Amino acid sequence: MSLIEYTQIWLEAFVTLSLFSFLYKDNPCYKITEHVFAGLSAGYYFGLIWHAVILQQMIDPMFDNGKWWLFIPGILGVLMFSRFSQKYSWISRLSLAFVMGNTAGIFLLSELHGKVLPQMQSTMLSLGFENGLGSFVLAVIVVAGVISTLTYFYFSREHKGLLGGVARVGIWFIMISFGAHFGYTVMARISLLIGRVQFLYFDWIGSIINLFS
Amino acid sequence: MKTTVPIIAAFLSGFVMLLAFFFNPETSALGKLEPEVLSWVTIVGGFTLLLGVVSIVRVNYSSVKRKSSGWGYKLATLISIFAMAIPAIVPVRWSSLFGTGTGSIYDWLFNYIDSPMMSTMFAMLAFYIASAAFRAFRARSAEATLLLVTATLVMLWRVPMGEAFLSGIHPDIPDLINTYIMNGANMAVQRGIIIGAALGAAAMSLRIMLGIERTYMGK
Repeated sequence: MSLIEYTQIWLEAFVTLSLFSFLYKDNPCYKITEHVFAGLSAGYYFGLIWHAVILQQMIDPMFDNGKWWLFIPGILGVLMFSRFSQKYSWISRLSLAFVMGNTAGIFLLSELHGKVLPQMQSTMLSLGFENGLGSFVLAVIVVAGVISTLTYFYFSREHKGLLGGVARVGIWFIMISFGAHFGYTVMARISLLIGRVQFLYFDWIGSIINLFS
Repeated sequence: MKTTVPIIAAFLSGFVMLLAFFFNPETSALGKLEPEVLSWVTIVGGFTLLLGVVSIVRVNYSSVKRKSSGWGYKLATLISIFAMAIPAIVPVRWSSLFGTGTGSIYDWLFNYIDSPMMSTMFAMLAFYIASAAFRAFRARSAEATLLLVTATLVMLWRVPMGEAFLSGIHPDIPDLINTYIMNGANMAVQRGIIIGAALGAAAMSLRIMLGIERTYMGK
């Protein structure tokens, strides 16, 4: 094992143990690691955006492919930095309005065309006996779940009578779904925990054993 | 001027994108405009993210300069930002240590410090989720019991030992969980939420284009 590999493993072990130390109580080791994490993550996104967006989508096409008009979004982007000035911060509204307007224009139809209609289609077209009784029962559960969930989130009328009854069934479906999501989330976190413990046990302790053997 | 012009800009840019949807992107000029304008939005969005990072630097720098409480930690944040960002933006032709490719400082810091810290942070949540669940998961009502039972079944079903345990009770239980909980009730609720959220997003888009929704301007 080379010195670089040792450094990597020990550095990784140090940050892992520093963060886990918070489980006991807050301490300077945890705090410094947490701040380093925040800084590295910000720096990571800076590098990512710089290369994937600013260079690849603006600078390179402008100078290599002659797409000179890309200076317009560039200027709009630079105008965002006017938010740092109290007097001229309103200028950034132009860039924001451009982004918001475009996004709204795309979303208005794409949400209906790409999400609402396909989801409704998949829900309703599954009702049928072609694939047997089991599939039909499942389709009925899905249709009942979709309708009752939407009813639960309908707040324009008081949930009383039939509406209240359907909304109550909606809560049951929502609780089952949240329970399933909770179970999935917990198991995903446990997998990560196992990964970190395996690293400490095999790689880090392994490197210590390797060092003295 | 400060409000009207942005509202007009939002309406026009939204209306053009709305119109572009109905035109062929290969044959008509308006249709071709859509992917082009989308890349413009990505560029402005990219600058917005850079603005966020610059803002973090400004806030932390002023704390370090004033030597306010915990300034040492903020200095660590600043050093980390620069240690990651500066090598990433230096042209790779100067050295293979620069840029974002394999073997660069950026790549090394991500693989050996940032990524393990991210995994550890999320792994730590396992403890807090367990502690929160212990307090929240009481079978006090039918709804809470449903949540508790489903979560327990899914947690058991997701691990081989749990799956073997469930199969031991009845061989069909793992399949029933997959069919009726995950692909039945869970999918139905997800669909309901997607449909509801999409209708909400469409309504909000209309409000933004018509200038009714102005909160993005700080109003």
